[in-house]
Amino acid sequence: MTVGAASISRPVRERASRGLWRDAGRRLLRNGPAIVGLVCILIFVVGALLAPVLSSYDPSVGKLVDRMKPPSPAHLMGTDLLGRDEFARVLYGARLSLQLGTISVVFGLFFGIVIGAAAGGLGGKVDALLMRIVDVLLAIPGILLAIGIVAWLGRGQIQIMLAVGVSYTPIFARLLRGSLLALREADFVLAGRSIGASRLRLLVRHMLPNALTPLIVQATLALATAIIDVAGLGFLGLGPGDPRVAEWGEMLTDSARFLQSAPYLIFFPAAAIVISAIGFNLVGDGLREALDPRLRR
Amino acid sequence: MLKYIVRRLIGAIPVLIGLSIILFLFVRLLPGDPAIAILGQHATPALILQVHQSLGLDLPIWVQYIDYVGGLLHGDFGASFINGRPVLEDFLLRFPATIELTVAALIFAVGLGIPLGRLAARHPNGWIDGIVTVISLFGISVPIFVLGYTMVFIFAVQLHWLPATSQIDARLQLPLVTNFVVIDAILAGRPDALVDALKHLVLPAIALGSIPFAIITRITRASVLDVTNEDYVRTARAKGLTEKRVDSRHIMRNAWLPVTTIIGLEVGGLLGGAVITETVFSWNGVGSWVVDAIQNHDYFVVQSSILIFALIFLVVNLVVDIGYAFLNPRIRYA
Repeated sequence: MTVGAASISRPVRERASRGLWRDAGRRLLRNGPAIVGLVCILIFVVGALLAPVLSSYDPSVGKLVDRMKPPSPAHLMGTDLLGRDEFARVLYGARLSLQLGTISVVFGLFFGIVIGAAAGGLGGKVDALLMRIVDVLLAIPGILLAIGIVAWLGRGQIQIMLAVGVSYTPIFARLLRGSLLALREADFVLAGRSIGASRLRLLVRHMLPNALTPLIVQATLALATAIIDVAGLGFLGLGPGDPRVAEWGEMLTDSARFLQSAPYLIFFPAAAIVISAIGFNLVGDGLREALDPRLRR
Repeated sequence: MLKYIVRRLIGAIPVLIGLSIILFLFVRLLPGDPAIAILGQHATPALILQVHQSLGLDLPIWVQYIDYVGGLLHGDFGASFINGRPVLEDFLLRFPATIELTVAALIFAVGLGIPLGRLAARHPNGWIDGIVTVISLFGISVPIFVLGYTMVFIFAVQLHWLPATSQIDARLQLPLVTNFVVIDAILAGRPDALVDALKHLVLPAIALGSIPFAIITRITRASVLDVTNEDYVRTARAKGLTEKRVDSRHIMRNAWLPVTTIIGLEVGGLLGGAVITETVFSWNGVGSWVVDAIQNHDYFVVQSSILIFALIFLVVNLVVDIGYAFLNPRIRYA
């Protein structure tokens, strides 16, 4: 009973709203797990940006005399089969993984918003047709779709981003369409329609900004899975395939045979993937709670 | 109910047609000539033409599509470019191993995820809830191959408790009838083979089931918490019903609905995840076969196996939706 009373009196005590995003930002910064997530992400962002400063080694060049050295002060995470410094490779790998993961999600968001907005905004036959296409894409398990696309397009960074991005497109499109459908009959949309606002204006200026919140949460969570998917493609031998760049998934595959003799070669790239995924998952969950405080318990 | 099932079946037809068109176009329109994949980079134009003719690739694209769909309807999913074997035959040969793995993973995910989710929901924000939340966070953040290798390192390499690869110790010489190793061991009346097969299943099933486990745990927790705060639950308690009865008749009956949906959706993820799990554990299923086909540019195998995967996913979702409608009468009349 006391819980009910407290929740009723809370809105009265709360200060005047300063806008959705500002309030959400404040709530996010008060959320412990989300802060841990932000720190995880920050470690990798800083590591990726300052890679040349933090490590003096070239991630693609190694000395064969230094091969398979365990972690030491000279090589913090040891060296791989070709004598390349593992720490440098994890740092430069962060660059690639964050870049591939982020751009994949941006690709997915872009296509998802275009399809979802067209379907939810225009309705009718366009909606029916687009949603059938989305259904088809949803029927193929995401990683399998990505594997198929990379297999057909060939290996490469752009191909990976496109493949992972396309596998997220139907999820984003359906989410946005659902939000837009719910908004169609909202009072402010009806009001806009009644004063003669065009369909496009209503969609772009009024409905889309109000429908983006769940999409942003989903996109943050998708960053975690995108990093895992990109590494998964690398693991399956469908990574960028460029010996000049280090990719966490490919590093794992290359070291899998040394599981017994040099487990550190697997441990560090694996830890990097896990920590960055945890970071994005925590921030995504925090963002969801911050944008919809009712979810907090 | 029947009307609902018929409506859902009809609804699946355009998806299947769309799927077949997309997969068909993928193989035909994207770069890379199958003839070159078969013959190699130095093939002569005459040989390439010959292969095109034998595969029907010289016909107009719509004729090719009709041939392709006609074949599908007769159970002809094409043949491998590499060894000429029918795709469906190889698929069916390896599919039992994948089903075994997927079912074991699902049992792990549901069997552990639902009780843990309920436990966490019973003590929200307590230390048990905290531990469950951290476990499920790791479940969704640790990739299958990382978890797989970690478990192999600990339980196979260091402790020697469980085997790391394949489905059964070849030395046991178990005759395969159904290709489901566990069932074959039971049929042969070989307890030693059964124990060995189950031991081989443990690590791959946990690796594959980790993500659905985490998601099912989260959804169960959220769903039970949602229902627990409903008025009718408070009424049930106020009537003086026992906690056990409130839990089974009032909370869980309603909390099941979102959990069932998620379990159905996760089956697709499991099929996708099997591709990676089977590669880690050298599991002789469909997943590792698809990866081999991709590396060999065996287009028909890739195209048809994705189509069959999607088909299975659609059927599973249909079954789940029907189950859902059975559990929740409101859906049937929507």
